[in-house]
Amino acid sequence: MTTALVAALRAALGPDRVRDNPTELSLYRHDASHMEGAAVVVCFPTSTAEVQACVRLAVEHDRPFVARGSGTGLAGGAVPPNGAVVIVTTKMNRVLSVDAAVRQAWVEPGVLNLDLSRTVLPAGLHFAPDPSSQQTCSIGGNVANNAGGPHCLAEGVTNAHILALEVVLPDGSVTVLGGEDPEPAGYDLRGVFVGSEGMFGVATKILVRLTPNPPAVSTMLMDFARVEDGANTVSAVIASGIVPAALEMMDQLCLEAVEAYIHAGLPVDAAAALLVEVVGLPHGVAADAEAITRIAGDHGVRTVRVAADDAERALLWKGRKSAFGAIARIKPNYYLHDTVVPRRQLPAVLRQVYEIVARHELLVLNVFHAGDGNLHPLIVFDGREPGILERVHAAGEEIVRASVEAGGVLSGEHGIGLEKRDLMPLMFSAVDLAAQAALRDAFDPAGRANPGKVLPSPATCGDLQRVPEGAWI
Amino acid sequence: MDLSDFAAAVGTDDPVTISGAGSRGGPVAGVRAVVAPSGIERVEPAEMTVSCGAGTPVAELDEALVPFSQAVAIPPSGTVGGALAVGQSGLRRLGYGPVRDVLLQAHYVSAAGDIVKAGGPTVKNVSGFDLCRLLVGSHGTLGFLGDVIVRTRPRARYEQWFRGTVAPDEALARLYRPTSVLWDGTRTWVLLEGDERDVEAQATTLGFDAVAGPPGLPRGGRWSIPPSQWAAVRGEYVVEVGVGIVHHAEPGPPVAVDPAARSLHQRIKANFDPTGRLNPGLDVLDPARR
Repeated sequence: MTTALVAALRAALGPDRVRDNPTELSLYRHDASHMEGAAVVVCFPTSTAEVQACVRLAVEHDRPFVARGSGTGLAGGAVPPNGAVVIVTTKMNRVLSVDAAVRQAWVEPGVLNLDLSRTVLPAGLHFAPDPSSQQTCSIGGNVANNAGGPHCLAEGVTNAHILALEVVLPDGSVTVLGGEDPEPAGYDLRGVFVGSEGMFGVATKILVRLTPNPPAVSTMLMDFARVEDGANTVSAVIASGIVPAALEMMDQLCLEAVEAYIHAGLPVDAAAALLVEVVGLPHGVAADAEAITRIAGDHGVRTVRVAADDAERALLWKGRKSAFGAIARIKPNYYLHDTVVPRRQLPAVLRQVYEIVARHELLVLNVFHAGDGNLHPLIVFDGREPGILERVHAAGEEIVRASVEAGGVLSGEHGIGLEKRDLMPLMFSAVDLAAQAALRDAFDPAGRANPGKVLPSPATCGDLQRVPEGAWI
Repeated sequence: MDLSDFAAAVGTDDPVTISGAGSRGGPVAGVRAVVAPSGIERVEPAEMTVSCGAGTPVAELDEALVPFSQAVAIPPSGTVGGALAVGQSGLRRLGYGPVRDVLLQAHYVSAAGDIVKAGGPTVKNVSGFDLCRLLVGSHGTLGFLGDVIVRTRPRARYEQWFRGTVAPDEALARLYRPTSVLWDGTRTWVLLEGDERDVEAQATTLGFDAVAGPPGLPRGGRWSIPPSQWAAVRGEYVVEVGVGIVHHAEPGPPVAVDPAARSLHQRIKANFDPTGRLNPGLDVLDPARR
C-alpha cells in the first residue's frame, strides 16, 4: 500500500522530491520538540499544484498528512502522525511580489522569516513578527503557529500581519482565505487558519503585511536588584500609556550565561535586567524613553544603559537572542516553556517558577517577553542523568498549571501541538473544546490534516455529552 | 459575567435574532429578538484589557477608558457586540489595525443554548483554534456574543487632522505611520497622532493645513478593494488609502465567491448551527441581502 502511494507521489512530483528511505524518514520524525512520530514518505513540492497532488494522493490512499516548514516548532506540531505523508515546504521559497506602496507582499510558505525582512529592507520595510528562530523558521510555519517574538508587543503576533492565504484544503481543493482587500465577504477564515497548526490545510501562498522601519529608535538596558522591581516596572510602563516596541526580561542566571558567551558588559550581579526598545518619530521616542527611565527610577532601577549607536543596539539584542546558545555552557539539554500570565502576576508567578524548579532539583533561566506577560522558563539539564526527563516534565506541567491558575493561558506563541494537547482542559470546558472541534471538522471532515494535535482525545476531556452531532474530537 | 439568563433567553429550539442598538442594520425582521447583557465589568489598565457585556454601548466603553488614557479600536456607535459581530473597522484602521484584532476572549451562547468560551484573557494567546477570529464579522450566525474581553490601546497624546493637495500615495509614503489617509478624488486628509512636535513637523513637510476633522462620508455603499486600486475609483467617494475601504455614493459591485470557500462557509454554519436558528436567513457572504 505504501509502495503504491510512493509510486504515485513520484509520478506527480518526480523521483528526486519524494523520499522514503529509512535514514531520510528518520530526519523527519521530529521537530525542535522532544517528541517523535513516524512518517512513511517525505515530499518536497515546489508549487501549489504539487502540494495539491500530495494532499489528493494522501486522501486517495487514506493517509494522514502534515505540512512542515523548517521544523523549528517547540510544541511538536510538525511531528508526523504515524503513517503520515510529510509535505515539506522548504523548496517553495520565493518572494513572489512586493508592493512597497501598500506594504504587502505575496510569498511562498518556505521563505525564511529573516530573509523576507532582508528582501524588503531596500523599501524601508520589514515583517514584524520576529521569533528567536527567525534566521531559520519559515513564514508558513509562522502562520501555522501564529508565531510571536519580542517586537510583537507593539505590532501584534503573526495573525495581525497575514492578509490572505492561498490554501490547499484537506479535501484537495484550493481556495483563497482573506484577500488583498481589507474586508472580504464572509467569515474570517484567514484569521482562523493562522494558528491552526496544520490541521486546516496547507498554505501555499501567503500575503503578508509589511511594516515601515522606524525613523528613530532608542534601546535601553535597565538592571534591578530584585526581580519584582523589574516586573513592576513592566506593569507601570504599560499602565502609563506607553507600549514600547519591545520589553524583554532576563534573570540573573541568564545574564551570567549570556555574558560569559558574548562579553557584552551585561550586569551579571543584577537579579534581573529589562531590555526596552521604543521606536517612532524623534520627539515621541525621546519622550517615551524619558518617561520609561523615570518609571524605572521609581521602581529602584540601578543603572540604565542607553545604546549609543546601532552597533551597541545590535550587541544588546545579541545578548537577548543568544540566550539559547549561551545555555549550552551550563548544561547540554534544555526544555523551553511558553505561557502567558497577566502582567500584574509576573512577580508572583516568577516566584512560583523558581520554587517549582528548586523542588524538582532543576535549574531554570528566565528570558522572556515581559511586556506581554509571556514567560519562557528555560529548564536546563543533562539528559544523561537517569530519571531527569520525568522531573523536567513534571516541573514544566506545574509551571503551566500555575500560569493558568494565575489567570493566564497555556501558550503565547509556541502553540499547543502534542506538548500541551492534554492540558487544554485546564483552559477549556468540554463544550468549549467541542466548538473548536466543530471548526476543525468543517475544514477537515475526514480528519486527515495533522490529526491528533491541539485537541485532546475524548478520554482526557471530561464530559462530552454536549458535543454537537458530527463533531470531530 | 453571569450569562445564564441570556442563555435561557436564546433558548435551544426556535429561530432567534439578536438586537444591539440597531446602528449597523439591526436584527433579522420577523424573528424573536434577544438582547445581550450590558455593563463594564473590569478595566485593567496595566493589562491593557477591558471586559464588558456585549450589549455595552461603544461610547460607554470609550468613556470608561478616558481616565486611564486608553481607548479601544472599535468604531464608534452602537454596541460592542454589534461592532464585533459586523466586524467593520473604523476610519483609523490604517493606524490602529482592524477590529478583528481587538477581541481576546468571548463567551457566546451557541445554537444549542450552551455558554461557550472562545480565546483567553491575555493580550497574547495561541491556545487552541481561534474562535474569536471566527466570531468577529460572523453577524451572529454562529453564536450570540454575551461578554467579551477586548484589547485597549494608549489614547494618543496629541492628534490632529490635516488636509492638503499632495497625492495620497505620496502622503502615505512620506509620513511615518499616519493613523488615517483619506482621498476624495481631489484632496487628501491625514490624521496624525503622537508627540505634538512630531505631528506638526510631519504635516509641515507635506504643506498640509490643520482641519477640524475628516470629510463627510458618502453612505451609498462600503466597498472593499485592494488598496493598490485607490486611484481607479470613480464617482462620489472617499477612499481610505493604504486600507482599501471606499465610502461611495453607490452600492459596491457584487463580489464573486469561490465554490470551495462557499462550501466551507456552509459546513461551518452547519456545524455551529445545524438547524439554522441563529439570525435565520442571513447570508454572511452577502449580509446586505436579507
